[in-house]
Amino acid sequence: MEETPKSPPRWSASFDPHTIAYIQRAASTGIYDIRGFGAKRKLPHFDDLLFLGASISRYPLEGYRERCATDVVLGTRFAKKPVVLKTPVTIAGMSFGALSGPAKEALGRGATIAGTSTTTGDGGMTPEEREHSATLVYQYLPSRYGMDLDSLRKADAIEVVVGQGAKPGGGGMLLGQKITERVAGMRNLPPGIDQRSACRHPDWTGPDDLEIKLEELREITDWEKPIYVKVGASRPYFDTALAVKAGADVVVIDGMQGGTAATQEVFIEHVGIPTLAAIRPAVKALQDLGLHRKVQLVISGGIRSGADMAKALALGADAVAIGTAALIALGDQDPALEAEYRKLGTTAGAYDDWQDGRDPAGITTQDPELAARLDPVKAGRRLANYLAVMTMEAQAVARACGKSHLLNLEPEDLVALTMEASAMAGVPLAGTDWIPGAGRL
Amino acid sequence: MCGIVGLFLKSPGLQAELGRLSADMLGIMSDRGPDSAGFAVYGTAAGDTTKLTLRIPEDVDASAMAAALGVTAVRRGDHAVVTVPRDAEGALRQALATRYPAVNIVSAGARIELYKGVGLPDAVSSRYGLPGMAGTHAIGHTRMATESAVTTHGAHPFSTGPDQCLVHNGSLSNHNALRRNLRREGLEFETENDSEVAAGYLTWRMRQGASLGEALEAAVGDLDGFYTFVVGTERGFGVLRDPIACKPAVMAETEDYVAFGSEYRALVPLPGIEQARLFEPAPGQVYFWEHAA
Amino acid sequence: MTETVFDLAAAPLRDLNGRLHALPEQTNETSWVLRNPQGRHAVAVGVDRPISVRIEGHVGYYCAGFNSRARIEITGNAGVGLAENMMSGEVRVQGDASQAAGATGRGGLLVIGGNAGARCGISMKGIDIVVRGSVGHMSAFMGQEGNLVVLGDAGDNLGDSLYEARLFVRGAVKSLGADCEEKPMGEAERAILAGLLDRAGFAAEAKPEEFRFYGSARKLYHFHVDYADSY
Repeated sequence: MEETPKSPPRWSASFDPHTIAYIQRAASTGIYDIRGFGAKRKLPHFDDLLFLGASISRYPLEGYRERCATDVVLGTRFAKKPVVLKTPVTIAGMSFGALSGPAKEALGRGATIAGTSTTTGDGGMTPEEREHSATLVYQYLPSRYGMDLDSLRKADAIEVVVGQGAKPGGGGMLLGQKITERVAGMRNLPPGIDQRSACRHPDWTGPDDLEIKLEELREITDWEKPIYVKVGASRPYFDTALAVKAGADVVVIDGMQGGTAATQEVFIEHVGIPTLAAIRPAVKALQDLGLHRKVQLVISGGIRSGADMAKALALGADAVAIGTAALIALGDQDPALEAEYRKLGTTAGAYDDWQDGRDPAGITTQDPELAARLDPVKAGRRLANYLAVMTMEAQAVARACGKSHLLNLEPEDLVALTMEASAMAGVPLAGTDWIPGAGRL
Repeated sequence: MCGIVGLFLKSPGLQAELGRLSADMLGIMSDRGPDSAGFAVYGTAAGDTTKLTLRIPEDVDASAMAAALGVTAVRRGDHAVVTVPRDAEGALRQALATRYPAVNIVSAGARIELYKGVGLPDAVSSRYGLPGMAGTHAIGHTRMATESAVTTHGAHPFSTGPDQCLVHNGSLSNHNALRRNLRREGLEFETENDSEVAAGYLTWRMRQGASLGEALEAAVGDLDGFYTFVVGTERGFGVLRDPIACKPAVMAETEDYVAFGSEYRALVPLPGIEQARLFEPAPGQVYFWEHAA
Repeated sequence: MTETVFDLAAAPLRDLNGRLHALPEQTNETSWVLRNPQGRHAVAVGVDRPISVRIEGHVGYYCAGFNSRARIEITGNAGVGLAENMMSGEVRVQGDASQAAGATGRGGLLVIGGNAGARCGISMKGIDIVVRGSVGHMSAFMGQEGNLVVLGDAGDNLGDSLYEARLFVRGAVKSLGADCEEKPMGEAERAILAGLLDRAGFAAEAKPEEFRFYGSARKLYHFHVDYADSY
């Protein structure tokens, strides 16, 4: 009898190999997957926007000769000493604990060369970090690890963290491998345990109480320092408006691509909205209050290039912040470490076990031998180079659009390639005057 | 997200001062709610009558309207109070709905008058003459709008039943589903506001025969999220905080009154506050004070 | 020693805190009396001088927040977050304290003469808190270091998700939170308790043997699926 022809194996779109591995992993371990990095799923992003360069109707500026300024001042609303940046790209909050000492130092060095700020994280301010950061933002988080009066006064700005893009509404868990003696000591925790972090601040909830909290922080610091309020992007219009009503000088919105040292994957991939979708509602809230460009807006979450930065500014942000990209600039995902990534069951470019402290690049680790691999001076230089490239790229695009300052970019300088991006960014689909869902938040 | 004040007088001595004290308390809570404010005052009942507090749009001439409807309207700002025999309430509502659809019935009852508007609390108080009002109890609210619009509609208190009102500080997390269910039960809602749903929920429970206390007890199970409610009825005054109780609440009790403030600051204007028994209402516990009928 | 009187009804809060922060290290203005606080927030916050401050009346949120070295006394009640994140020194309130008293405190002694509300000592990180009355629910939630002494009762979920803070309660505990358990009181704990009762001024009215001792069961220190419902 003739053999029936067999169909080749067919993968399910719903139960794809990743999903099957996820179920198998959950069944064998009984714990949800905790990892670092940000959302890995494909999302509408800045790649789906394009700039309209000048031609006949608009005149471009001459590259390298005609000035395109990049300076930005954050905290002009209430603070006696606002933060002045040479370029509108800052380093987002990442803790000593999540990152090694040399990595934190390198971030400070790189940001300082570039003339921008860096930010502490959940775990306090280290002397090395303060020393090497000309402008340092001190985060005030729900867990208040390492929060102290001296650091508050030594900071150049205070960032009250309500949430982050990787996990709006969620707390955290830093696994025991990274809670070394020094990290534990700074956080008043027993060494080696799994650290649990709260999802709400212990002594306030809601904007009416946030207002009182901000007043306290201002009183403690004699109204000198700008106070930022950072939220994970989910309801950016309302959250921005309420942060402003509560008295913020700067609002930081972190989209769902924002990185994390250690968060449940279900949060990373399923909670929050893309960075692209968060900007316009936040800007509209500021405009409705008459405070756009008076209360500054910092956007983060998956910012990778000068083009991303210029697009975020065009949509109305005053600055962007980078985290994951900065770590890559320091040396994370380095192909030269491929053999070691393989030993960890991954590959350069996909390494996301930032929670477990075995980072071969010496960045997301507290292992002294691994951490010693990162030369903070060289890594800082690499970051400074990268920040300079981002800035030059943004300037190149802005000049092409005829702008003598990056902050003069406008949404009208952009068009979208896809309907999704068009709707989310509120700019027309290229070649049309059509914006799906226009007028809605 | 807001400031709440409430004052329930146990003895008649302070009744003439009710409005002045409430206005002072309300003004102090401006920081907590600069967007809009409102208050309900429970005055004396006039026989078998119903008072309707109406909000009248600018383009409606209130005096002409009152004349056309054959009623007397006491005007306060863009609000007016119309008192009619109880059995004439239905006809008046019918006439308003058909002839003056833009006029809004803010509250109805034997004793309640309710005023609310956009602006700073002090401005709202003086717009409607709160300092000069007398009565047995009053509830006020200053609002920092969260997810629904800064409009008079979104201002508190919400009244969804006769002589009932509710103010809220917090944020409910299941109000949309609840609103859909209550609409099926025949309740009408004017806003997307979570607090209006809470008020409607209590009204619905009371319609089914529950006392206010019982309705509040049931709310602990059915409302999710964070809330502090202060509610008024014709003769009563109730307080409820959610079981997590993150939002602030301070109460003061003397022989003369029971007072509620989101913060102690709001209680400072009260006479004898230095000697009052101060306490925080416990989470998930219903507090209720009532005058004898 | 001079006594400096500041009337909060007459001058802005900003002036008060600014003056307290600007005091030179060797100031002779070591004794302050604050009048008419009337429930104001952020009174005497961020003080970092070995001075004494007596606040006559009730205060609002975050009084004595981040206190370092100063001795601050409140004759009335205190609002939310009394002495939050205290670093050192001593804060006393004669009346009640609202929720989150001593939240995230790193050091120093907080004495509450009346009752404390919910979440007393939440995320405490080394502070010592002595409450003459009772504490509300979720007290010492995620308590990391330091000691909470309660002469009265404790509300629901005492010590939920506790780390290494020590809890001593003389009265009834309504319920214990996840990973909090009663432990035998050893000599070391007894000595700590006796010392705190003495420093708080309650040694005459409460004896260490009248207290029960609670600490972390340490089952949440390393994630295990069988304790997942405790997270």
